[in-house]
Amino acid sequence: MLENIERIQVISIIGSLAFLLMIARLIKDRMLKEAYAILWLLFAVVFLVFSCWKRGLDYFANVFGIYYPPAMLFLILIIALILVLIQFSVVVSMQNDQIRTLTQEMALLKHERSEKLKSDSSN
Amino acid sequence: MSVNNTQARMEKTLLIIPCFNEEASIGKVIEELLPKLSDFKILIVNDCSKDATSEIARQTGDAIVIDLPVNLGVGGAVQTGFMYAIKHNFSFAVKFDGDGQHDPESIKELIQPLIDEKADIVIGSRFLQKNQGFKSTFWRRCGIKFFEFVCQILTGGRLTDPTSGLRAYNRKAINFMADHYPSFDYPEPEEIILASKNGLIMVELPVIMRERQAGISTISSALSIYYMLKVTLSMLFVYLREPETKGSQNNA
Repeated sequence: MLENIERIQVISIIGSLAFLLMIARLIKDRMLKEAYAILWLLFAVVFLVFSCWKRGLDYFANVFGIYYPPAMLFLILIIALILVLIQFSVVVSMQNDQIRTLTQEMALLKHERSEKLKSDSSN
Repeated sequence: MSVNNTQARMEKTLLIIPCFNEEASIGKVIEELLPKLSDFKILIVNDCSKDATSEIARQTGDAIVIDLPVNLGVGGAVQTGFMYAIKHNFSFAVKFDGDGQHDPESIKELIQPLIDEKADIVIGSRFLQKNQGFKSTFWRRCGIKFFEFVCQILTGGRLTDPTSGLRAYNRKAINFMADHYPSFDYPEPEEIILASKNGLIMVELPVIMRERQAGISTISSALSIYYMLKVTLSMLFVYLREPETKGSQNNA
């Protein structure tokens, strides 16, 4: 599987391993929620597999008509980045709605409380 | 309709005034509204203004003032007003501008179709009759025409002033809008598609609008292309979306 190793292969194996470790570390330290790590982990594993399994890379590159097989690694990377960014946009939009509702409820409650304090002190 | 019935219903109308940095005009707007106050309550939703809007409005002693802790944009501020209207059981709500553009005289006329149960939302239009008061710039009129065109395509109905901010809502519309009011700035054209898509009946009445008395428009020219695109996109997707299932009842 690892016969005739090329320099790009070594770099991408080390790179994807380091990346996996970093993500795992962030989850362990509770700095990254598992839900948002799934996409990262998934693509890191795919990247790692194709970095090691050169013949698989050649085979799929051929299937997709990619002339230079390592270019498929970059393709995977770009797809991963786009998907993660879209996920971020979705999360940001969702949080936008949540923050709006929280702001509104808080403003209403604050007003209610100050009215109550006013009527209590006048009694 | 009997006089008694009409009066009983008139009592609970909430005037929602979203405000962002309107210290120069808000005092005068409230003062102008006061003679009409017997049937109305004034709600100022201060959208995190950086000036004295909130203090000035409070000092008048005639307005309910709600301060949003962060700036939400007109949509979020107006929606807060609808939420307040539900909490305090108002039958009608009127959206009114804090910059002095809207004429207090038109409020009663706008409510009438709601009382007569002819509409869920009444829109004050500057263009329904030959306009005497307010003249907007050429480009602004182009923008309004464009939204009118998009509204007509998407709703099939004809509204002459889709960007008008002067609107009255009955309880059904209040309940719906408290859940689904378009967020961000410049919600008016989107609101029309949303209402039409969800079976709220809209009626237009002619009103006279004045020049804003102070402050700057929410839409500066540099941003207007961006807003046009954003609002058009929102309108399109509201149209493509299924009618909302949540709302109308669950907030009561």
